[in-house]
Amino acid sequence: MSNTESELTVSLWRGAQSGSYETYKVPMHANQTVLDVVTWVQRNVDPTLSYRFACRVGMCGSCAMTVNGGPRWTCRTIVAKVVKGGRLEIGPLENLPVIKDLAADMRVFFEKWQQAKGVFAPSKTRHDAIERIKSDSEARIAADLAIECINCAICYAACDSVRWNPDYLGPAQLNRAWTLVNDVRDGKNPERLQAVAVKGGCHSCHSLQSCQEYCPMSLNPTAAIAGLKRRTMRAFIKGEIKA
Amino acid sequence: MIARTARTLDHRRNLLWLAALVHRLSGLGLAVFLPVHFLALGLAINGEAQLEGFLRWTDRPVVKLAESGLVFLLAVHLLGGLRLLLIENLPWPGWQKQLATLAIGISVIVTSIFLVRVF
Amino acid sequence: MNVRLYLWQRLTAAVMVPMIMLHLALIFYATRQGLTAADILSRTRGSVAWALFYGTFVLAASSHASIGIRNILTEWSPLKDRAAGVSAMGFALLLGALGLGAVAAVVSP
Repeated sequence: MSNTESELTVSLWRGAQSGSYETYKVPMHANQTVLDVVTWVQRNVDPTLSYRFACRVGMCGSCAMTVNGGPRWTCRTIVAKVVKGGRLEIGPLENLPVIKDLAADMRVFFEKWQQAKGVFAPSKTRHDAIERIKSDSEARIAADLAIECINCAICYAACDSVRWNPDYLGPAQLNRAWTLVNDVRDGKNPERLQAVAVKGGCHSCHSLQSCQEYCPMSLNPTAAIAGLKRRTMRAFIKGEIKA
Repeated sequence: MIARTARTLDHRRNLLWLAALVHRLSGLGLAVFLPVHFLALGLAINGEAQLEGFLRWTDRPVVKLAESGLVFLLAVHLLGGLRLLLIENLPWPGWQKQLATLAIGISVIVTSIFLVRVF
Repeated sequence: MNVRLYLWQRLTAAVMVPMIMLHLALIFYATRQGLTAADILSRTRGSVAWALFYGTFVLAASSHASIGIRNILTEWSPLKDRAAGVSAMGFALLLGALGLGAVAAVVSP
């Protein structure tokens, strides 16, 4: 690439939970992504720089980082869109522990995913006929709106309900629970509603709405969580679940 | 958890985040005020004169200003709460930010009218 | 917050919506020519309707506010869940007692 115009001043988080930002000069190119910038530093300045990526096309959800104060999928974020005065500050995702440099520890994120019963529980066996689901049914439409999550944890990093309440399951996890609540094939829904109705469940969401502002897939976890709030409220009144 | 960035977290520069903060702080303000409000009205148990004495004390401008603040807290918490009930219980409205602006705007107008009336 | 606390908070919120509107209207009406004790008490003394209205209002506000305080304590203070719950309950009882006392003071003839 020869179309170098000038240089970017890039601060990268170095260290683990405690650490500091270190500054690098990176050549600026047209259409360069934030991931390109990080990769350039690792290839040309310091091969020990740690970060995570896989697909580079916005499908795998592994390259999210904090870019100039906001969580973003770095492979699909063009530098020109987020750069401020020629500067980029890139750190690991907020609200998660740091393993090293730009790689956040995703374990809590996926543990909460399990806690919210984000795993499909089949209600039939291979010997049963395949369930027919009408594409225009209310449940299918609700599930469709929430189903494209790539587990990038951007919503989780942007959520102050998560920051202020470590028990809170989180927007992605509850969004996932909502898709399964709307999946008529799933057999574990009473348990799932119970799991999201206790302390730290969907009622800990304060509708701050940062999740839907930042979701790279344009999903709306706040709306999904509102659905769970209604559904659990109804189940609680009917005595199907406990507080 | 402490933010690793020295910057203001980007998601806090958002109208809807600020609206949620206003909702929480106005609720907190009202909760702190309520015991004082109840104690003041409770003065009436000893007869009209005591309550009247307190009310005359509240005639000073600085108290009137504080009362206007309370009117704002009540109005903004009411309208912000209505907004929350709406987004939690009705089909998702696409005009979230307009709704939040409207809630704060109406509260400012109500408070201004109150200010004009008491002074 | 769990589903029970949530339900209580939203329910009391919904109950208070028309009440606060009336209360605000009353604040504007009462301050039309300055607030006087005689004006207030002539309305409230011996009135069962006002006693019921403000009695309900006090109870709803006490539960609603204390659940909010509980959330703020768990999220913004170092208090643990249990301690926040106990403090919030204490606050609810205090508000309820003071509030009902105030209602009694202004409606008792």
